[in-house]
Amino acid sequence: MKAATVVKNAGALSLRAKEVRREIIRMLTEAESGHTGGSLSAADIVTVLYFYKMRHRPEDPLWKERDRFILSKGHAAPLLYAVLALSGYFDRTLLRTLRKVDSVLQGHPSSKMLQGIEVSTGSLGQGLSIANGVALGLRMDGLDSRVYCLLGDGELQEGQVWEAAMTAAHYCLDNLCAIVDNNGLQIDGFCCDVMKIEPVTDKWKAFGWNVFDIDGHDMEQIIAALDEAERVKGKPSVIVARTVKGKGVSFFEGKAEYHGMAPTKEEEEKALKELA
Amino acid sequence: MGERKDPHVSEGKPKAVATRDAYGSALLELGGKREDVVVLDADLSGSTKTAKFAKTFPERFFNIGISEQDLVGTAGGLSLAGKVPFASTFAIFETGRAWEQIRQSVCYSHLNVKLVATHSGITVGEDGASHQALMDVALMRVLPGMTVIVPADGTETGQVIHAVAEYDGPVYVRLGRAKVPAIMPEDYRFRMGRGYTFHRGKDANIIAAGIMVSVALEAQQQLKAEGLDVGVVNMSTIKPLDEETLLRTAEASRLIVTAEEHSILGGLGSAVCEVLADAHPAIVKRIGVRDTFGRSGKPDELMKLYGLTAEEIVKTVKTYL
Repeated sequence: MKAATVVKNAGALSLRAKEVRREIIRMLTEAESGHTGGSLSAADIVTVLYFYKMRHRPEDPLWKERDRFILSKGHAAPLLYAVLALSGYFDRTLLRTLRKVDSVLQGHPSSKMLQGIEVSTGSLGQGLSIANGVALGLRMDGLDSRVYCLLGDGELQEGQVWEAAMTAAHYCLDNLCAIVDNNGLQIDGFCCDVMKIEPVTDKWKAFGWNVFDIDGHDMEQIIAALDEAERVKGKPSVIVARTVKGKGVSFFEGKAEYHGMAPTKEEEEKALKELA
Repeated sequence: MGERKDPHVSEGKPKAVATRDAYGSALLELGGKREDVVVLDADLSGSTKTAKFAKTFPERFFNIGISEQDLVGTAGGLSLAGKVPFASTFAIFETGRAWEQIRQSVCYSHLNVKLVATHSGITVGEDGASHQALMDVALMRVLPGMTVIVPADGTETGQVIHAVAEYDGPVYVRLGRAKVPAIMPEDYRFRMGRGYTFHRGKDANIIAAGIMVSVALEAQQQLKAEGLDVGVVNMSTIKPLDEETLLRTAEASRLIVTAEEHSILGGLGSAVCEVLADAHPAIVKRIGVRDTFGRSGKPDELMKLYGLTAEEIVKTVKTYL
């Protein structure tokens, strides 16, 4: 059984991320609903995870020694489906069925319907607790697999995130790396207007985490942070990735209204041109 | 292992034991047998009796602190890593505070998590309404794929804990704080999804769960003295409900009385009504807490105050017969 293809070069990863973004746009347009902004903002991070960092086998999704990815911000399902399809977990044509009544591609990820999804998410704030449990279990078994958990910044308003933040630090889960897709927007507007979450890095530091503060669209920075996180021992790491909501499509960038809105046919055409 | 003495039997006669104590002992035994069993608690390990396991297997015990939502999620993650997690705290906090985590993280993904909660029902006693779970069975019963079990005594609790460890999927086990008499026969073997019929009555039958099984047996004796043939079923698995036993029981007598230490809304009584309304309409009278909060008091005082007594069952049977 061969492992997933690894792309080592930042330039090649950027191209792959563009392809991921094109798939996101296509599937959302076809679905006529879904979460555009937050899927695009995290596309670079998740591309680096699936095509550079994570040890995984698309032909053997339950391989015991795989690294785990938990999408706590489950509304970025289109992004997860895109990287899974491009990795070879399933055929790319399946992406066209997103959100349809007979599809396994649910609006938010359902682990019982599709291999490659570790756990069902969508109700915010729950993924980090699960990631902690997986990390504890892997450590008990002496496995060196790592656990990655992607959270939204608005999601940090959920209290359970901070319960889990305490647990990860208390149990010194250095095999866990959380990533915050810090795009500054949530459905109702700017996070700082809806419910202030800053200072984000100070909060994680105060909870006992090793913190990276990076540009979440700079491939070199993403790679460096993920590699360095693996070398940090005795505490969990979090990467606060400063991102732009809707990144890659100029007319979606920084717009809260595209949090939960799919592109129209015309927007799709324009977006795909920008992502060519 | 040498000859093992059942801690609940002294000189051949079973004694009263709280189901939470039986849980503590069963976990210890299970931990010795299975390496993959892990236990989590939310700062109540002394009360839920998981502390015994924690002391013997510290590397397999995780105190998550006072954070029930994180407790449930962490247990879910451990199950994904191949462990068999038992997560315990008080019933109202486990099923109420973390209900949505149980729905989304555990049941929707059908994770192999065992939620074993203690301090259910009115017999929590003096701590009062804030700590008395009177709606936990209702909350767990509506979750797709969830199994709900309410053991009647210490012996049954031990068997339930071993049985749920063998089963792959989410389970809620409802335990109590107060001591309950040992009532299940020596040769009883718990089977998930099967009720146990002590006796099938021609005049009326009582379908009970948890501590109300022993109360129902008491009522049966009183009614027998008055010449009435009343049966008792221990319906310890509330979901999936043993419809076969229930239907046979309903065919045997016109009157069915349900008895539970829980709200009459959404628990065993409701489950029984749902099945009978569909398949075999019968007269069903529900004994339970009547859509109200509890209060402080001694457990037996509260049982009387809320009508969870043999006298109440006797009165109900005689009124509707």
